[in-house]
Amino acid sequence: MAKVLMKGNEAIAEAAIKAGCLHYFGYPITPQTEIAEYMAKRMPKVGGLCLQAESEVAAINMIYGAASSGTRCMTSSSSPGISLKSEGISYIVGCDLPCVILNVQRGGPGLGGIQPSQADYYQATKALGHGDMHLFVLAPSSVQEMAELTSEAFDIADTYRIPVLILADGALGQMMEPVDFDLIKKREDIPEKDWAACGHEGKRKKNIITSLFLNPEELENSVLARYEKYKKIDENEVRYEKFMTDDADIVIVAYGITSRICKSAVTAARAKGIKVGLLRPITLSPFPSDELKKLSQTASKFLTVELNMGQMITDVKLAIECSKPVEFLGRTGGSIMTVDDVLAKIEEMGGNK
Amino acid sequence: MSVVFKKPNAMSDVPMHYCPGCTHGIVHRLVAEVLDELGIEGKTVGVAPVGCAVFAYNYFECDMIEAAHGRAPAVATGVKRTHPDNVVFTYQGDGDLAAIGTAETVHVGARGENITIIFINNTNYGMTGGQMAPTTMLGQVTTTSPYGRDQNIQGHPVHVCELMSTLDGVAYAERVAVNDVKGVRATKKAIKKAFQAQIDKKGLSIVEVLSTCPTNWGLSPVEALKFVEEKMKPIYPLGVYKDTTGY
Repeated sequence: MAKVLMKGNEAIAEAAIKAGCLHYFGYPITPQTEIAEYMAKRMPKVGGLCLQAESEVAAINMIYGAASSGTRCMTSSSSPGISLKSEGISYIVGCDLPCVILNVQRGGPGLGGIQPSQADYYQATKALGHGDMHLFVLAPSSVQEMAELTSEAFDIADTYRIPVLILADGALGQMMEPVDFDLIKKREDIPEKDWAACGHEGKRKKNIITSLFLNPEELENSVLARYEKYKKIDENEVRYEKFMTDDADIVIVAYGITSRICKSAVTAARAKGIKVGLLRPITLSPFPSDELKKLSQTASKFLTVELNMGQMITDVKLAIECSKPVEFLGRTGGSIMTVDDVLAKIEEMGGNK
Repeated sequence: MSVVFKKPNAMSDVPMHYCPGCTHGIVHRLVAEVLDELGIEGKTVGVAPVGCAVFAYNYFECDMIEAAHGRAPAVATGVKRTHPDNVVFTYQGDGDLAAIGTAETVHVGARGENITIIFINNTNYGMTGGQMAPTTMLGQVTTTSPYGRDQNIQGHPVHVCELMSTLDGVAYAERVAVNDVKGVRATKKAIKKAFQAQIDKKGLSIVEVLSTCPTNWGLSPVEALKFVEEKMKPIYPLGVYKDTTGY
């Protein structure tokens, strides 16, 4: 298949369908409504279903039911809608159900705005639901990567029996770029869903999907087992991109749309002879802490660039154990920093030539 | 020796946690009998609520899912829409179905989801210790309406079958009671009809069962049965509120 020009939101929708996700449950909210619209148009033609729920709460619980019965399924929303889904997400984690959830972030808090934002980083990586839990969080930075990571998200979800969150933003969702779906790789050895509640047909014992454990020891054991799984994920699934970091004196850490601005700033700074590089986390949870720690042995300063008031910076400081200064450049509310803004910050930090 | 009474196959052989005199056990048994008689246990998925019936997943032999409070109809939608050949039912109490889950309940009705709702109306939140429910009657004392439900403060009770009967996607809505033998038999008949409506893809079917809660009502089991007869039935009249099944 040749390259096609698509919006990020549409690329995610098409990639989901190509990954065998034939059931989408959602609720309209800017800036991700194109996904529901694309699904509504495409699903009937591929024998699938796009169902518009009465609320985000209902949509995530439809996902809970569909995932419980062993179906590949997806929902999408934007920041305020994701908050509404957090109850259901916690149950989905508690029942170890695989599914894909997409947050095309907009500004907040409250109703906020509809322009791009990365202000849900803490929510996505630390507390997208009550209880001892994490989500697996992927952060694409191009339309091509939105397609590839969406497909991979389903494989990861099924492999580990976990929900996977794709954390995008309004800019990535709305912008158009060429996509080649043939570049998508599929994982092998996806386990059978013999745990699913879809009718035992008299051939096995009943399956129960529940997150309720009134006995403290049973609950503790179920959480410990899940954290063993997280450990395995930490060992096997951390993903990042390094750009000119080998000899970098300043290492910028940025993901998603801001990482592209930073990449241009790195190139511009290098042209001026400043040794700067970029570490772009592709998985935000698990976070590429080990790689950052390694870089802290050669770099003298770090800079995080985010569309918020400084959230990922905490993870960078923890990763390098505050061994080097970490500075911050951010915009919030929907405005985006320019390449010149980042370059000026690099120069202000006095990167060695 | 011939067996005249036995546990339905679709019912698990475990002790139930319900209080003495509570009628949840009767309704569970009736659902299990219907699953047996229709031969559908193997393709049925049940969705348990949050409330006294939270452990319903331990009592039925079909596949079961435990939903969040009020969300059972949405969870059931997710199962049914991805597995149209499954028989899917929810088992919900009044707080779950008519307060926190009102939107989910109304919209499965509007969409005409081919699922069956078994709705237990005992006029209070049983599991948390007898608080006011959307179905608590005017004047009724609960722990959060200690001076009796006052319409000027706590508003009016919700009449679920009447409400659901206004929705085009609802095929069958009947209110029954399990406070006497005749009522138990009528309830079984209604539950069977509701499942049959689902199998025949008629739309949403809901059976509201007036039930007892002797513990939180502060009554003996026998007095609780009388309470259903004398206090509840006048406010929640029994009957078929909607039936487009054509049976």
